[in-house]
Amino acid sequence: MSRNLIIGAGLTLFFTALAALSFLWTPYDIELLDIPNRLMTPGGAHLLGTDHFGRDILSMIMMGARTSIAVALVAVGIGMGLGVPLGLWAAARHGSLLDDLIMRGNDLVFAFPSLVIAILITAVFGPSAINAIIAIGIFNIPVFARLTRSAALPLWERDFIRAARVCGKSSARISAEHILPNITNLMIVQGTIQFSLGILAEAALSYIGLGAQPPTASWGRMLADAQTLVSLAPHVALIPGFAILLTVLGLNLLGDGLRDWLDPKIRVVRT
Amino acid sequence: MHHFKRLAASTAIVLCASGALAQDSITVAIQLEPPNLDPTSGAAQAVDSVLYANVFEGLTRFDADGAVVRGLAQSWDISDDGLVYTFNLAAGVTFHDGTTMDAEDVKFSLDRARAEDSTNAQKVLFEDIADVTVIDPLTVQVTLAQPNGMFLFNLAWGDAVIVAPESIETIATNPIGTGPFTFTNWAQGDRIDMARNENYWGAAPALETATFRFISDPTAAFAAMMAEDVDVFVGYPAPENLPQFEADPRFQVLVGNTEGETILAMNNQVAPFDNILVRQAVTHAIDRQAIIDGAMFGLGTPIGTHFAPHNPDYVDLLANSQFDPDLSRALLEEAGMADGFTATLKLPPPSYARRGGEIIASQLRAVGIETEITNLEWAQWLEEVFTNKDFGLTIISHTEPMDINIYANPDYYFQYDNPDFRAVLDELNATTDPAARSALLAQAQTIISEDYVNAYLFQLAVATVARAEITGLWVNQPTAAVDLTGVSWGN
Repeated sequence: MSRNLIIGAGLTLFFTALAALSFLWTPYDIELLDIPNRLMTPGGAHLLGTDHFGRDILSMIMMGARTSIAVALVAVGIGMGLGVPLGLWAAARHGSLLDDLIMRGNDLVFAFPSLVIAILITAVFGPSAINAIIAIGIFNIPVFARLTRSAALPLWERDFIRAARVCGKSSARISAEHILPNITNLMIVQGTIQFSLGILAEAALSYIGLGAQPPTASWGRMLADAQTLVSLAPHVALIPGFAILLTVLGLNLLGDGLRDWLDPKIRVVRT
Repeated sequence: MHHFKRLAASTAIVLCASGALAQDSITVAIQLEPPNLDPTSGAAQAVDSVLYANVFEGLTRFDADGAVVRGLAQSWDISDDGLVYTFNLAAGVTFHDGTTMDAEDVKFSLDRARAEDSTNAQKVLFEDIADVTVIDPLTVQVTLAQPNGMFLFNLAWGDAVIVAPESIETIATNPIGTGPFTFTNWAQGDRIDMARNENYWGAAPALETATFRFISDPTAAFAAMMAEDVDVFVGYPAPENLPQFEADPRFQVLVGNTEGETILAMNNQVAPFDNILVRQAVTHAIDRQAIIDGAMFGLGTPIGTHFAPHNPDYVDLLANSQFDPDLSRALLEEAGMADGFTATLKLPPPSYARRGGEIIASQLRAVGIETEITNLEWAQWLEEVFTNKDFGLTIISHTEPMDINIYANPDYYFQYDNPDFRAVLDELNATTDPAARSALLAQAQTIISEDYVNAYLFQLAVATVARAEITGLWVNQPTAAVDLTGVSWGN
């Protein structure tokens, strides 16, 4: 295992654990405002200080981790759930009109700047975490569809697939039983990368007020709220900033590490 | 050594700056850009902020303390029955295009504002006018249909400025007034420039040129002030930065009052807010001081009714709506809502609303009222809340002076419908005796306070950040205005 993988997995686990813990316990209730004790510096009763409403920043980071992870996870789920079958289908019908239709459809979605469309979706249907999930999820579909198709195509030329075909298995069964298991590694790696992009996208959307609405905690909104306070209480902006940075860094390292670890070709070269 | 060099360098810069201290130009920033430049149509406050008293003048005007003083009318007589106002106009007044300002222009302006097809945003100001007659070029007579104690006050509004028929067609992009500054250029999205009117009829202003810029983002506002890109910021958007400006010898901070009653408006026709017990429960759930501290960093005065506390007729009715969560829960129970309910809370962009909304949501949750917060842009807010009345709760500051009359309009967005209140206001409009007016105003304030129409939060304060050398700025905002007539770069 590479060092990247260990650091990445450690950071990811840490923030996932924070999010999981927030279901059971947070140091303070983030819905209770304590205005006399606002903008306290880290240390003392509040480990990471308090924000402009006197809310405990550690508690908000924990709840915000939950929001970020939930939004990104579901968005990646949408992308994988629709993108992978589409890619498999296109690969199975390689060269046909259907293949063209699916892939050109994907190109169409890809052609739009994703964040701009996400802003459009949330602006039209109203800002909420659900709409943010849908907006981010839609843009994950072509990523997975393309990757799946390009990974599946060479497999279709392999002898074991031909053997399966000779045995009379349908394309759908071959895709599910032989192709899919062979591209799982790739999907896991890509999923990790998309997950980190999803967290960034959620933070960006809630930063401009189109993500999760208050009182749901969100790292992006914490950053936006802290914007005018930077000179007064830098920690209020720095802490959510670092939370986003470390989570995304962790996921990227994890993705990198997983690819090295899971890909047999790279492993052979190394050993 | 290093530090010394930097000190020397900055001293040099300061010296250069003071070398140019025969300064006669100023750059003023405000938050919002006016959508057009015609104060006599359209409701946008920003139009008055830029043009009132600078480019346009009315018969009367507000001074820095909100008192009504002489404007283009140098004196006036009021008939004993309070119906006929005879105004004597200042002599030698010309518009910026060189045409003369006389009684015909006054008649034109007033008739245009009160006409059937007038687009004036405050048409109600002129509704008592029965007739405007030109006696001679410098005398104009206004006859009212009924006595109106507020008439001179009404004429001081930005919506009542005197315009000329010659320039009315292009007023929205090329405003021609009689004021001490001439409009020169409007680079949309960026700035409005004006220059001293050399033919001004009154005392000439000290400034040669003035530029208005529009910065709504609090971070950009901070950067622009710190970099000295702007000399004055009227209505500085981030109160949390004020201590920093106060500590900086380059700047001065002026905190004044405004006519902005900030309220948590409730939709009086929509359940459950059609029930007075529910409305009362909401008001008792709210801790005003927490909102003032948390959203405004301490700037603002608590109010118990829809009236400005610095007005001599203000009645302190805070006792009607003291912070008392237990009473609030009891009232909800009495209203049959012991389990609470969920309401929408729609918030426009200013920080008093966005931050105040989060605080209020938390305070309401404590008594069992859940809120669904939606943050709206101004255009959406105007459409959804103000026009379509599609809301349960909203937070907004009503910045017009003396606007308690909005409660007499049952179609106004919060839909308060009380014939008794309307009767009091009708009587008020017909009364000119100051003592009787005070009594009626007190009665009006008490009615809306005891009916718990809205939750009255606080009187909005205005913070002006300016370079330390600048003198003559208005501290208070009795009307939306940045009057540059008396502003100069000190000695």
